[in-house]
Amino acid sequence: MSKDHKYLTLSGLEPLVVTPTTNFINVGERTNVTGSRKFLRLVREEKFDEALEVARHQVEGGAQIIDVNMDEGMIDGVEAMTTFLNLVASEPDIARVPIMIDSSKWEIIEAGLKVVQGKCVVNSISLKEGEEEFIRQAKLVKRYGAAVIVMAFDEEGQADTYERRIEICERSYKILTEVVGFPPEDIIFDPNIFPVATGMEEHRKNAVDFFRATQWIRENLPYANISGGVSNVSFSFRGNNTVREAMHAAFLYHAIQHGMNMGIVNPAMLEVYDEIPKDLLEHVEDVLLNRRDDATERLLAFAETVKGNKKEGASKNLEWRDNKLQERITHALVKGIDEFIEEDVEQARKAVERPIQVIENHLMNGMNVVGDLFGSGKMFLPQVVKSARVMKRAVAYLNPFIEAEKDERSSSLGKVLLATVKGDVHDIGKNIVGVVLGCNNYEIIDLGVMVPPEKIIQMAIQEQVDIIGLSGLITPSLDEMVFLAKEMQKNGLNIPLLIGGATTSRAHTAVKIAPEYAKGVVHVNDASRAVTVVGNLLQEEKEDYKKQIRDEYEKFREQFLSRGRQKEYTSLKQARKNKLQLDWQTYQPFKPNQLGTHVLEDLDLKKLGDYIDWTPFFRSWDLHGKFPAILEDDIVGEQASALFNDAQEMLKRIFEEKLLEAKAIFGLFEANSINDDDIAVKISSPMGEMPKGQRRLFLTLRQQLKKRDGVPNIALADYIAPKTSQKTDYIGCFCVTAGLGADKLAKEFEEQHDDYSSIMVKALADRLAEAFAEYLHEQVRREHWGYASKESLSNEELIKESYKGIRPAPGYPACPDHMEKQTIWELLNVEEKIGVKLTESLAMWPAASVSGYYFAHPEAKYFGLGKITEDQLSDYAARRNLSIEEARKWLNPNLAPR
Amino acid sequence: MKNNIYKELQNRILVLDGAMGTMLQCYQFTEEDFRGTRFKDWPVPLQGNNDLLSLTQPEAIKEVHAKYFQAGADIVETNTFSGTTIAMADYEMEELVYELNYESARLAKEVANDFTQREPSKSRFVAGSIGPTNKTASMSPDVNNPGFRAVTFDELRLAYKQQAEALIDGGCDLLLVETIFDTLNAKAALFAIEEVKEEKGIDVPVMVSGTITDASGRTLSGQTVEAFLISMSHIPLLSVGFNCALGADQLKPYLQRLSQKTDFFTSAHPNAGLPNAFGEYDQTPEEMQELIESYLEDDLVNIIGGCCGTTPDHIQSIAEAASKYKPRAVHREVEV
Repeated sequence: MSKDHKYLTLSGLEPLVVTPTTNFINVGERTNVTGSRKFLRLVREEKFDEALEVARHQVEGGAQIIDVNMDEGMIDGVEAMTTFLNLVASEPDIARVPIMIDSSKWEIIEAGLKVVQGKCVVNSISLKEGEEEFIRQAKLVKRYGAAVIVMAFDEEGQADTYERRIEICERSYKILTEVVGFPPEDIIFDPNIFPVATGMEEHRKNAVDFFRATQWIRENLPYANISGGVSNVSFSFRGNNTVREAMHAAFLYHAIQHGMNMGIVNPAMLEVYDEIPKDLLEHVEDVLLNRRDDATERLLAFAETVKGNKKEGASKNLEWRDNKLQERITHALVKGIDEFIEEDVEQARKAVERPIQVIENHLMNGMNVVGDLFGSGKMFLPQVVKSARVMKRAVAYLNPFIEAEKDERSSSLGKVLLATVKGDVHDIGKNIVGVVLGCNNYEIIDLGVMVPPEKIIQMAIQEQVDIIGLSGLITPSLDEMVFLAKEMQKNGLNIPLLIGGATTSRAHTAVKIAPEYAKGVVHVNDASRAVTVVGNLLQEEKEDYKKQIRDEYEKFREQFLSRGRQKEYTSLKQARKNKLQLDWQTYQPFKPNQLGTHVLEDLDLKKLGDYIDWTPFFRSWDLHGKFPAILEDDIVGEQASALFNDAQEMLKRIFEEKLLEAKAIFGLFEANSINDDDIAVKISSPMGEMPKGQRRLFLTLRQQLKKRDGVPNIALADYIAPKTSQKTDYIGCFCVTAGLGADKLAKEFEEQHDDYSSIMVKALADRLAEAFAEYLHEQVRREHWGYASKESLSNEELIKESYKGIRPAPGYPACPDHMEKQTIWELLNVEEKIGVKLTESLAMWPAASVSGYYFAHPEAKYFGLGKITEDQLSDYAARRNLSIEEARKWLNPNLAPR
Repeated sequence: MKNNIYKELQNRILVLDGAMGTMLQCYQFTEEDFRGTRFKDWPVPLQGNNDLLSLTQPEAIKEVHAKYFQAGADIVETNTFSGTTIAMADYEMEELVYELNYESARLAKEVANDFTQREPSKSRFVAGSIGPTNKTASMSPDVNNPGFRAVTFDELRLAYKQQAEALIDGGCDLLLVETIFDTLNAKAALFAIEEVKEEKGIDVPVMVSGTITDASGRTLSGQTVEAFLISMSHIPLLSVGFNCALGADQLKPYLQRLSQKTDFFTSAHPNAGLPNAFGEYDQTPEEMQELIESYLEDDLVNIIGGCCGTTPDHIQSIAEAASKYKPRAVHREVEV
């Protein structure tokens, strides 16, 4: 760090810089086996989970450093220190603060230094064993990159007078800075805090000497810091917490005045200096400052009178309930508190002429604040959805009154029709957009999922909507959107069209959809932008805005198309020649332990908890960043954490009340690749209606982008031994769902006007389905197929796909052809066995489902097909027995521009 | 030599080379090429062991170094990113680690001397590249067992010590501990380097370069820019900086934070943008030059180069830009 200011700097995952303006640094002391019986017991019984909770509690309670001590005869200190600090390292909410490695044994300190990445504090070294050992240890501390606490202790013993304290500290300082080259700002002296009021004459000056020595060190040993264990001072008043707390507070007050800048303090055992009763304070300070000969006797006598009064528990902060009505309503909306909203709305209703005015005034005022905060990045999506929940409760309460008045005029800013297109069932994003727009006073007509185009158009005309918003997640939905745009044009509609959803893109919208519809097409990539876009589309100068978007897309389209032409493709024939050639001669396919199909029902969902990949979950809420780092993010961290807590709570409910049901089916079959790109699957065990020994074909698609020499044009079929190799190879396929019950549950929440929970359920069901697919793949690799029986991977490694073999899914980059799902359904009899259906666009229902194949070859890797050309399209059509037009419809997103 | 680089850094911005791996890919070496005659019967596949090419294809390695010097680099990195017993275990080549590092250093130094001789006014330097290994000391690879560690501090320390010794013996002018995704690994490297320095009674300048993995602004092991800097500043470094994972534009905010907070010289060698859908880096030299210029305008760096996806063309563009700007001012005594 900078050299013109030499400050003690420490780090965990985050920095801690101790400057003259930083307040006193308090070091948490509960993770110390010598000071906490509970912690000792937990470590002894190896209940490290609970021991971690102790540490977490400290950090949450405001400890800026945590002191860890494992010095106990019955514990292997090196082992316990290593284990505990390794565990701390995996808890970002603890590991964010620096660690103080506390031991009287050097080997335990060194063990700690070897497992912590941040800059720690060593507690402690001293001249007790002589200069040589002191220098050796100090050098190592420096080399490990830690700061150090130096005890006022030398060959003669512990310093117990002012003179001895300064003598030892000065000598230590000189050796450290002159011999070892230790940075003076990384030295922290502990000049020994000893008990006072012990009745022993020689202890009377203990506190005063500490104060004076502290001041001397600060004045004479540049940049050095002062620390100490504060609770020692009140040792003789054990059992009388009132006195002890007052003593700690008063001691700290004076020590800080003299220059002490950090210390080991139990915040629960500390009174606020200004709140110590005057008489008690006077008695305590008499002792600490050694102001009277009879100070000790007087404090002892006084202590008896203040024994054992308890602190009151902090009650919930409800101060905001005393504010004015509008402020209360705004507060409830901003904070998402629905506890009092009906009461407040009722009061508002009585104060206005017509109930609708409560919505127009009180509630909209509040929601405007929410909108502003959201717009300026001070609120985040999960909070806004919670606000909407409060809003909906309020409106639901008012509705009967509004109905009774028979007044139909609402003052919405405009009507927005939302729909997930035909064949697609994914609606999390669409629902979020609906909620956000709803909050902004747009009337939402949500047609739900799998909405046919004619219905969208009919409803748009009938309801005279101002905007149509389309959503979709699977790739066929992209074409559905193009089709709808064409139909809108044909029908002469004049309503702007919004496009959103995970697979949609500005590129696709600009290149494929916008040219089909003249009255405005805008791609909206996240919910927060929807409000601005809709606002722009409905404003007075909307034609300007539309023209601007049109020009923008036009330019983008030109760029895109000119870029696209530069890509070179190779013919299918050439691509097949350049296929991935695996060495089948030496390869021995691993025969699955259990061929045939298997169904998993009644899986305990709890098992899936550890397999969840959380990053996409946050993405679905427009919070971007990697889990778990996102929880600590400077900007969205707080929100992400709140969302994560809510998700955990919901998960717990799902687990405990078995709200969702998960099922899976998979099959392992003999297979060979034939005719380059097809995989012939042999059904070798009796199943369903299919006769034994019958073959089914998986049709795979081959990359056609021109490759550099030596790089193959891959198709999935390359990973299966060809028939000509005369080796029997194997393939698997599967379908899992964790969405059984999700829709019903989501609907229940919606009926309670709780969109937040409704979206949460769906988002979690999606995650559980992915987790289930991960879990099942692992089971298959390890047991049912068994080729990786020794594998042991962490969740992160699973997410990073470090396992052997792959599980590509139809509709995803390696095999964008959704029609392959039909083959899987047929092979496994999926719908009958586990109830997952395919829609007309071949989306899975329930939406929280995953299907795919298993390939076991060790060199099998995920890849992207990229674009294919007309020759492969016609070849595929013939193999699939489809007309070219039909095949084009399915593969459209992957066709290279002609 | 040490004084030399400190002095050079007072006067100008030094240019570090670009990617070695990207350049080696162009040669399209086959398994046989990787093996050469010496390792033709080695029991495990060797293709992809780029460090080995220093022994089996030394001319190619020298050619890459020469191309970077030609392009205007002042410092080239040795071809030793994976040159530890830990990373070489995959190829069962632990025994060869000393030789790999020594030879790589020697090759690079040979090329550097050649260039310095031809143009004595401009000293060329060789930095011994010390990668992160493929294991992490402060994270568990097993989610069910967060206390587990696949490698310990002492294992890393010993491995790094061996690498550092060989690099110094082979003639490196400085050492570059780079692509640090776990600070504890890097602390073990610094510890080892200090031991080597003490045992050999020498001093060698050390560059340290961390990796911010994504927009979270943290290292893979979870540290913020500031925490990383604090954890690395306990020995006198030549420079501290960032490389890899991000392109120059994504890296800039973190470099700004680092640059404000340290009195060491600073370095950056970002990737050529972010990889596209095919995992290729397609930022052009011109695009990268523009981004690097914005570093230079804001006075952020003393040493600048490229990581994944950068080529001699990129380095040439960067060197052109660097020659136009003054180095970042550093408030510290020059250690002579």
